[in-house]
Amino acid sequence: MDTTRLIIVAVGGQGNLLASKVLGEAALLANVPVRMSEIHGMAQRGGVVESAIVFGDAQSTIISDGEADVLVGFEPSETLRALNKCNANTSVITNLAPLPPFTVAIGRGTYPDLDHAQDLIRAKTKRLIAFDAVALARQAGSVMAVNIVLLGALIQTGILPIPRENLEEAIRTKTKAAFVDVNLAAFDLGYKAAAGS
Amino acid sequence: MHKLLTDSPGKKMLLLGNEAIARGAIEAGVAFATTYPGTPSSEISLNLFQISHESDLYFEYSTNEKVALEVASAAANSGVRTFCMMKHVGLNVAADPLMTLAYVGVKAGMVVLTADDPFMFSSQNEQDNRYYGKLSGLPVLEPSSVEEARRMMAEAFDLSEQLGEPVIFRTTTRVNHSSAFVELGKLSARKPKGDFIKDPFNLVTVPAVSRRLHVRLLENWEKARKLAEGSPYNFTEGSGPWGIVCNGVSYNYVSDAVGELGIADNTQVLRLGFSHPAPPEKIKSFLKGCEKVLVAEEGEPVMEETIKAFAQEEGLVIPIAGKGEELFSRLNEFDPAMVRRVIADYFGVAYTDSRPPDLSDVPEIPQRPPNLCAGCSHRATYYAVKKAAEGFETVYPTDIGCYTLGFLPPLAMGDFLICMGSSISTACGFSQATDKKVIAFIGDSTFFHSGLTGLVNAVHNNHDFTLVILDNGTTAMTGHQPHPGVDMDNLNLSGYGRVSIEAVVRAIGVKDVTVIQPYKVKKSIEAVKKAMDHKGLSVIISQQICTLYARSLKQLKVRAFKVTDKCKNHRDCINEIGCPAFYLDGERVQIDPNTCVGCAVCAQICPENAITPVKEKQAE
Repeated sequence: MDTTRLIIVAVGGQGNLLASKVLGEAALLANVPVRMSEIHGMAQRGGVVESAIVFGDAQSTIISDGEADVLVGFEPSETLRALNKCNANTSVITNLAPLPPFTVAIGRGTYPDLDHAQDLIRAKTKRLIAFDAVALARQAGSVMAVNIVLLGALIQTGILPIPRENLEEAIRTKTKAAFVDVNLAAFDLGYKAAAGS
Repeated sequence: MHKLLTDSPGKKMLLLGNEAIARGAIEAGVAFATTYPGTPSSEISLNLFQISHESDLYFEYSTNEKVALEVASAAANSGVRTFCMMKHVGLNVAADPLMTLAYVGVKAGMVVLTADDPFMFSSQNEQDNRYYGKLSGLPVLEPSSVEEARRMMAEAFDLSEQLGEPVIFRTTTRVNHSSAFVELGKLSARKPKGDFIKDPFNLVTVPAVSRRLHVRLLENWEKARKLAEGSPYNFTEGSGPWGIVCNGVSYNYVSDAVGELGIADNTQVLRLGFSHPAPPEKIKSFLKGCEKVLVAEEGEPVMEETIKAFAQEEGLVIPIAGKGEELFSRLNEFDPAMVRRVIADYFGVAYTDSRPPDLSDVPEIPQRPPNLCAGCSHRATYYAVKKAAEGFETVYPTDIGCYTLGFLPPLAMGDFLICMGSSISTACGFSQATDKKVIAFIGDSTFFHSGLTGLVNAVHNNHDFTLVILDNGTTAMTGHQPHPGVDMDNLNLSGYGRVSIEAVVRAIGVKDVTVIQPYKVKKSIEAVKKAMDHKGLSVIISQQICTLYARSLKQLKVRAFKVTDKCKNHRDCINEIGCPAFYLDGERVQIDPNTCVGCAVCAQICPENAITPVKEKQAE
């Protein structure tokens, strides 16, 4: 089976690890081999959380610079920061609602201009899908569902060898029962947002 | 039921490497487990802790790794299958018992897991613990993948019983913290009680006994070497004149590279999973079939040096390389592209990389370093000490935990750190060797781990400094594990003793002891000033439960604050305490009500009293 490499970048607390878990369970349902890696510990205290997910027959669980087929960013400046993982054939999906790092508040750095950031990503990769995933999550019923909105967009692209039904089944079985309906709605909104972009 | 107790052999589960290791130990019938938590090993013990609540598995969080290994060694010498796990630097703490336990041996299987952390994602160094195999003479097993980690655990226990000595199980972060499908094996029955048979002339290591035991250790080493020759974990793949020797996760990168470079027909790969003692015949026969050999191993050139020595014994003059310029580095972790590049360059294979785009026109993106949480009590304590110490020239020895992050600006409280417990002992040295005001910081769990002996030293040698014990009621950094000072009622667990930090500090002989509540800013500053005025040793115990822990216990009463129109933009709030609940809305400081937990520290330091509670109280 061909190998598809996915990088997810997020800020600690945005639900990156749950998104990876749902994708992994969906891969299990779809009978697609998957290996992933994540970093725990000190990196999680409000820092950047990066997951690497490798679908297919590769043995490696991490993804080198320039080798991601898809990059999903839960926060726009983090998407921009992770461009080193991309190449000219990479598809990029990003949330556009910023979470400025604290360093900006104390005057150590300027948050990048969002239009400029999108132009840069578009110019350097194959495709950019960008929308306000927080707004869609809110519409689905919880701002916490940003991760699932973005999974909806990711599955819509068809880049991963995982059908929509398997992903929805993983949401039903692996996310908290109280949030399943919100998550399914969030998934659908993300899916449609990508279809319309 | 805990998911790792699922009794369905053959069922596939998506498991974290650390879950797979815990499952492997359960499948092997482990009955006794000890640890001190440390990333990247922590989820192994967390799962075993949970499993112990619903089975006859005995599990304990020991006060440190030395204690954990000693407790475990007694169980293993009573005929109980025992598992002791820790992060790589933990094995330094446990090195003393390890080295002589290797002489004494065990009566039932004992596995000592060391989780190494190449690139230091969450560690103070990236030492290569394969050397502990060489140092102790004990066998070392190294899995390459999540699934193999599960399988290899059973092998490790069997090997330990075959040799009558502990086995070192060495992982790296990318095994511990990778996830993959795992096929569950059969569960074995546990034997939680054994018997200790007196045998002092083999078990009490006075010199005359140890001289004999050392002979036995070397005999065992020979036996292990023979077992490594036939081990299925040491295998060769492919054939051809180019040889690659690898271990652990580097095997994955090598396998992928051989496929991607299309060199499978020219290349044979030797993977060493039972890596110490290295099997001489297997390696020599591999070398004889190669014209050129590359050794791919993260960290130090452990295999490379062994293999070169074997080649010398055989009079082989083929090129053998591993570490060096243009080759593999001893620094950091490997990645697939880097391994592919080195293989291609070394064997002269043409290839094209997927290159990252030119990023020279991307504007600098503001850094997002890890930070103390909103409402973290450590921030409040650091602020109080910083204010109290204004006007003094200071040295702030710090220690290992979340609070280490206090060394970052704007708090900038942390000047020296080498290992667990070093804050107190180095404070002894700094206060004697300099004329600066020395204030040391240590967390509650770290204090029990290895702060006590330093404090006794400070009392006995009459050192002059202030120690601040940051007591947040849990081991926060590694995921809220208990420690001897924790109120186990919070976890609905009974049958534990509780050690009072204050009582211990007073009993050690510290005369000046003050307990503060760090959210009370003014009182805390006054208390620290008084402690600093004290000539000699003084101790401040700063008590406030970890915010994340309180939230997980549903004890957190959130009362968010807001910045009102009285704000004159002094920005003391953001510039001095750096709480992540603050953000800038244009030029105005604002508080994110979803992040603020209501510690009210900022409200107490605002010169305009412009920070006030958002009206209604929300219980969580």
